[in-house]
Amino acid sequence: MTFDLILLQAFTGVALGTIFVLVALGLSLIFGLLTIVNFAHSQFFMLGAYVGVVVLAVTGSFWAALVLVPLVVGALGMVCERVLIRPLYGRGIDYPLLLTFGLGLIILELVRIFAGTEGIPFNTPEALTGAVDLGVFFFPKYRLFLIGVTAAILVALWFFLEKTPYGLIIRAGARDPEIVQVLGVDVSRVWLIVFGIGTGLAALAGVLAAPIRGVFPEMGVPVLVEAFVVTVVGGMGSLLGAVIAGLAVGITVSMTSLFYPEMTTLSMFLLMAVVLVFRPRGLFGRAGVLD
Amino acid sequence: MSMLEVINLNAWYGRSHILQGVGFEVGQGEAVCLIGRNGAGKTTTLRSIMGLVGKRTGSVMFKGQEIISSPTHKRLGMGLAYVPEDRRIVRGLTVLENLRLGLVASPNRSREAEIVDRIAETFPRLRERLHQQGDTLSGGEQQMLAIARALAADPQLIMLDEPSEGIMPVLVDEMFELFARLKAQGLTILIVEQNVERALALADRAYIVDQGEIVHSGISGELLANPEIQEKYCAI
Ligand SMILES: Nc1ncnc2c1ncn2[C@@H]1O[C@H](COP(=O)(O)OP(=O)(O)OP(=O)(O)O)[C@@H](O)[C@H]1O
Ligand SMILES: [Mg+2]
Repeated sequence: MTFDLILLQAFTGVALGTIFVLVALGLSLIFGLLTIVNFAHSQFFMLGAYVGVVVLAVTGSFWAALVLVPLVVGALGMVCERVLIRPLYGRGIDYPLLLTFGLGLIILELVRIFAGTEGIPFNTPEALTGAVDLGVFFFPKYRLFLIGVTAAILVALWFFLEKTPYGLIIRAGARDPEIVQVLGVDVSRVWLIVFGIGTGLAALAGVLAAPIRGVFPEMGVPVLVEAFVVTVVGGMGSLLGAVIAGLAVGITVSMTSLFYPEMTTLSMFLLMAVVLVFRPRGLFGRAGVLD
Repeated sequence: MSMLEVINLNAWYGRSHILQGVGFEVGQGEAVCLIGRNGAGKTTTLRSIMGLVGKRTGSVMFKGQEIISSPTHKRLGMGLAYVPEDRRIVRGLTVLENLRLGLVASPNRSREAEIVDRIAETFPRLRERLHQQGDTLSGGEQQMLAIARALAADPQLIMLDEPSEGIMPVLVDEMFELFARLKAQGLTILIVEQNVERALALADRAYIVDQGEIVHSGISGELLANPEIQEKYCAI
């Protein structure tokens, strides 16, 4: 086994991890602000892939899908927040949990009814097929693209949260929604927007994952598990945690598939167990988030 | 016209009926003090006015408008600011960001640089610490920051809940000098204080709260000269 191969596998893990990062970021953002564990999150991911299929069929452009999918699904997420979740605020963590769980099942069934239970092919966009020579090894263009897009989104999100007034409100709202209201901000609008951003990120991850994972109604099922592992490893509500843990899980899974393929699926749970032994709140979890 | 008029205000925490018909008013440009023992209902009164207590009935008129059932966030834009008892400096935000938070939803949001300059001038202690994390300030500095943040929006009425609590005397002096200056500039003040002498020196009038009701009211001088009432209804 050569060093090149290990490096290649690590790189593959990072590319794989970008999907985890995007999904977990949305989940974490929503949890951090709304204290809602969104069990429908992975179905918004799946919906992203399906809306991507539609946009691709209509416009013929993968790029149009990348832009439209998060907008369409994010808007749908906002409708769900306003109509379904909003009445449950202030009732503890279990009501919204049950509601989003049910919502996820409804989305899944609706997709099965309207789009069929069979998978739909989703080709890698032409411009991104093939591999590029990175000097040490050849790497699939599309995976490199995943890394680039995710990096760009992280920078944009960081800028939005740290450097704009909206970001300031969101950060403050996550810590102390009451004082934010006293200072004149309609917190329920902040929650609405954050839910839209979170579901939009999940949907974007869905369409980005489509060429690799395929498009089928149950494609969200493993994603929910992965996203929770990432969120638990990174720390509930921590965005930095979601990024680091997403990449760590990606690399762990990818490396295990190289050295010990039988353990591939299990490896992320082992990672989670190890992290939890040493840091019960996850890598970047804040005290008090769950108490 | 009075700036704030509270009529028959009732408020509940769960099943406990805390405020039982509180009524008082604050005239434009006045400083009014609420005094009362621990647990009398002073904080609950201010929180009810802000719309922060879940169940409340009665009437709260601000500048002639009924606000009892309007959502909390509408008040700042109308000119009503509130500095809570526990200050509520937001963790994870710098001093400057905490100040900005007082501006983001206020009519002053487009004048940030100017307002921050003005605050830095009024609160030299904060000027040196603009980029420090807000929750690493001392208790007194945090109180200053909370007041500065509330003033950033140029409110017409500010409600202060025990601003001197746990703060060393020098700073308390400084703070009350500031309040006197603000009052002279026309700001209306509703203050809750345990530090009765200080508060009455600032206030024109005072109300005494006991067990969720107003049990006495009068002009400050009168109350200052009445040791009996002070003894009966004031803590410490
Ligand atoms: N969140 C709450 N839940 C239940 N009861 C509460 C709550 N907050 C206050 N109370 C009760 O309401 C009553 C009035 O409390 P409040 O905080 O208004 O008193 P206060 O006059 O501000 O006292 P202090 O001088 O100690 O600040 C007290 O009996 C208190 O125990
Ligand atoms: Mg109090």
